[in-house]
Amino acid sequence: MLIKQISVFIENRKGRLASLTKALGQNGIDLIALSIADTTNFGIMRCIVEDSDKALKIIKDAGFTAKTTEVLAVEVPDRPGGLAEVLGVLDSKDIDIEYLYSFVRSKTENALILFRVEEIQKTIEILTEKGIRILTSKEVYSI
Amino acid sequence: MIYNEKIECMSRDEMHNLQSKKLAETVNRVYKNVPFYKDKMDKAGIKPEDIKSIDDISKLPFTTKKDLRDNYPFGLFAAKQEDIVRIHASSGTTGKPTVVGYTKKDIENWAEVCARTIALAGGHKGSTVQVAYGYGLFTGGLGMHYGGEKLGASVVPMSSGNTKKQLMLMEDFGTTILCCTPSYALYLAEAIEEMGIDRSKLKLKSGIFGAEPWSEQMRTQIEDRLKIKARDIYGLSEIVGPGVSCDCEYKTGLHINEDYFYPEIIDPDSLKQIGYDKKGELVFTCIEKEGIPLLRYRTKDISSLSNDECGCGRTLVRMQKVMGRSDDMLIIRGVNVFPSQIESVLVNFADVEPHYQIIVERKENFDTLEIQVEVSEKMFSDEVRRLEMLRNNIKAEMQSVLGISVDIKFVEPKTIVRSMGKAVRVIDNRKI
Repeated sequence: MLIKQISVFIENRKGRLASLTKALGQNGIDLIALSIADTTNFGIMRCIVEDSDKALKIIKDAGFTAKTTEVLAVEVPDRPGGLAEVLGVLDSKDIDIEYLYSFVRSKTENALILFRVEEIQKTIEILTEKGIRILTSKEVYSI
Repeated sequence: MIYNEKIECMSRDEMHNLQSKKLAETVNRVYKNVPFYKDKMDKAGIKPEDIKSIDDISKLPFTTKKDLRDNYPFGLFAAKQEDIVRIHASSGTTGKPTVVGYTKKDIENWAEVCARTIALAGGHKGSTVQVAYGYGLFTGGLGMHYGGEKLGASVVPMSSGNTKKQLMLMEDFGTTILCCTPSYALYLAEAIEEMGIDRSKLKLKSGIFGAEPWSEQMRTQIEDRLKIKARDIYGLSEIVGPGVSCDCEYKTGLHINEDYFYPEIIDPDSLKQIGYDKKGELVFTCIEKEGIPLLRYRTKDISSLSNDECGCGRTLVRMQKVMGRSDDMLIIRGVNVFPSQIESVLVNFADVEPHYQIIVERKENFDTLEIQVEVSEKMFSDEVRRLEMLRNNIKAEMQSVLGISVDIKFVEPKTIVRSMGKAVRVIDNRKI
């Protein structure tokens, strides 16, 4: 049910992101989903890869501070209102979302939303009850 | 103008006698009232009677900032608490500040030496003195304030900052003498130019600048741009505050008010006295203070003394401008900052490893201090919000401990150079 996401601290300095993605590319790591949260001085890159343990080691060896976090992956119909429905459900049950980002898979008509919440179990129950499909990691990786 | 001709132009012989008398009285008093000094003197086998003249001063023990810290807050006071009418504090090397106390007489004597200083800048009863040093626990503001009042001048207690108002009142009140840090003076000069203020509308004649090191080039810049005479003032709160010394129009060193603060230059390693015109560490003995009369206080400032004749007629011994220190203390916008204070704040944050570097810059005459901190695994949060919160908390704690606002920048791990020996903590890019 839970997807392992890697988060990396990146200084707002020229070439840092390029250096990070280069390290991943050179080691055969395929990025399934990617998002970057930026502030004035630094950014946090978040990504989903198939072998997160391998990727984490590569990233750390390349000199970055990184850690893994657990996120939920949910399928929503890829049409206007698709995301709003899911967020409406979570909102009505007072679930706080720390952040989210999306990516589109080529194989289906659905878009994928990745998001991080504090109350993971409660959120899983709420979504399942509403018939919103939560993806397994296998499903996420097999794009 | 010489405020106190009797003292400031006293013959060397008379001064010697005066100092000898005062030193003997002071040593007697601290031996009786300050257990710290009694202990030190007993251990060294020195009795108050052994100090008969100022030449015996080298028999006395030294005092350091650590002694002030170890006896925080009032352990070195020689007067009863009920006789202390003012308490000031300045930066300590760690969390606790350095505390000094003044009796009524101390406050009057402090006003006297500051009055001499303002007179050195051409001040008199008809002057309007704008004090733009910080008022508060810092001795700069209140020190110059009381000096101005004693002189009989009109004192404008602006304190620091609020540049627009400073300039508005400078024009409206007809300020003739400005007191602030030299970097702020240049800042004001720039503001005048940028705001298009008509210099001819200002009545500014001179300024008394200090609380941070500044070069002769900077003085020339200030004099040219503000069109004033700039005087160099030196002081430290442990000794009294501003008013320890100030230079005259001949600019050949700062005349020390040695009837109150007896100066020595020592070799910081051997601790032996060095004669005139040789560089060493400046040491002061307060020979007339009641509140906290420190004996042979090691300032860590590097200077030299000269006592040849000065064209102004004053016989007070002169010290060279202090441009360096024998420790790692920084002066940022007039405030003393110790890298050890910064480290003590960082280690208090549980997840922060003290891999840090301090970058000091001067941009448009404004000093900035940036502390770069490496983001370790433990510190790193996946959420921007939490990382920002940590940064803000560190910033707030730094402000509270250091007394100035600093920038905190998170940097990637291993970007701060590790050294084999002592870590290079400070990169000072200012060209003073």
